[in-house]
Amino acid sequence: MAASNNSIKKTLTVALALSIVCSVIVSTAAVVLRPTQQMNQELDRKSNILQVAQLYQPGVDVNELFKEKITPRVIDLETGEYSEELDPETYNQFEAAKDPATSRTLSGPHSPGLSRLEEFSTVYLVGDPENPDQIILPIRGQGLWGLMRGFLALEGDGNTIVGLSYYDHSETPGLGGEVDNPRWKAQWDGKKVYDDSPMQPEIRLVKGGADSEYEADALSGASLTSRGVTNMLQFWLSEAGFADYLARFHDNVQGGA
Amino acid sequence: MAASDTPKSVLLSPIFKNNPIALQVLGICSALAVTNSLSVSLVMGIAVIAVTAFSNLFVSLIRHHIPSSIRIIVQMTIIASLVIVVDQVLKAYAYEMSKQLSVFVGLIITNCIVMGRAEGYAMQNGPVMSFLDGVGNGLGYTVILLFVGFVRELLGSGSLFGITILPAVQNGGWYVPNGLMLLPPSAFFVIGLLIWILRSFHPDQVEKTEYRIVANSKTKIKETV
Repeated sequence: MAASNNSIKKTLTVALALSIVCSVIVSTAAVVLRPTQQMNQELDRKSNILQVAQLYQPGVDVNELFKEKITPRVIDLETGEYSEELDPETYNQFEAAKDPATSRTLSGPHSPGLSRLEEFSTVYLVGDPENPDQIILPIRGQGLWGLMRGFLALEGDGNTIVGLSYYDHSETPGLGGEVDNPRWKAQWDGKKVYDDSPMQPEIRLVKGGADSEYEADALSGASLTSRGVTNMLQFWLSEAGFADYLARFHDNVQGGA
Repeated sequence: MAASDTPKSVLLSPIFKNNPIALQVLGICSALAVTNSLSVSLVMGIAVIAVTAFSNLFVSLIRHHIPSSIRIIVQMTIIASLVIVVDQVLKAYAYEMSKQLSVFVGLIITNCIVMGRAEGYAMQNGPVMSFLDGVGNGLGYTVILLFVGFVRELLGSGSLFGITILPAVQNGGWYVPNGLMLLPPSAFFVIGLLIWILRSFHPDQVEKTEYRIVANSKTKIKETV
């Protein structure tokens, strides 16, 4: 290497030129590939909804099946009523949760680690929207390392669980990351959420073996992830979450519980 | 390595003779993390080949202009940019795979093989040879990853590339999967065995013993009480 390479001027020039070239390359890649990535995420979200509803088979056209089987609706979390103003196709509750106009702050021991809660949430109904086979609720909350986002599928009575699945989390692979393990996910089928009170969810994760239909096995080696899962189930199925909305289904199917 | 290397030797010697993982013991971290299934190992290997090859190429192209005081930063910038591009491409075209690889694609930046080849080879050699050297070392890494992935997926899940080879007990078969093989430490054992096998074929890879354990000298026991 020539000695002139080490002059201050040359050093600064090279550093500057390199930074500019690299940043242009990186941003070009990010901008050009973004549409494809968003399409993938959308597809992934839809296939996750289908999977938690146990409708997914490998090789199916996800968009087609989603359109055929699933009706998204927007509900008011406060009252549990359907919203007529918001379009479920375009409403994004994660964006709404960030906007002070469409959300409220959360605090206290019952918050699942969320700072804000949106006023409206999307729900996905399988089958006939008036008398659905399944109700799929988006849930999210803090795990050990970060926000975990997933879907909870309930049967048409709004009480029996079909499945729980996370599509976005950053838990430790092999420990908390086992929320993705099919064997762990399989245990959710048939569990119940509410016992006597329709506002008080009973479902929780327990260590050392679940022995009732309101309990599921915790993840071994991942106490904090398991606590996060329990917290977010308890929160989203309580009055602050979907309990008001789900109450209508208890009445519908069980003929007045 | 001497400058008189032929393109063929530069490309092929890192695969067995001078393997970055087995001989230089670089890049072990990701070899432990991503090898519990073959398909993930393969994608990771391809990503590393791409990054090593192109970082070598670009470093080599501008090697006469890199001020020595900031050369490491310059190399890191090039490597980091390439890794981000690879990550973005994976997210766009292999979304499922990129979800499984999660942070490990980003961690290619810290893979010692990439940095080691940029600093150790590309700074002294021409672009074409550096590119080949990058491909060769990436291949060496991939070969090890695939071997470890093969053993771990076969014994840990009873399948290869997700296709069932040994039907597992929980699916009604006869094979009891070895749970240890799904956990990262098993990669240590597999890599260790692999290094043993490699060195049986290439005895020149065995390092000279640095010191010899001397026979115990007699200890003098003092009567203290």
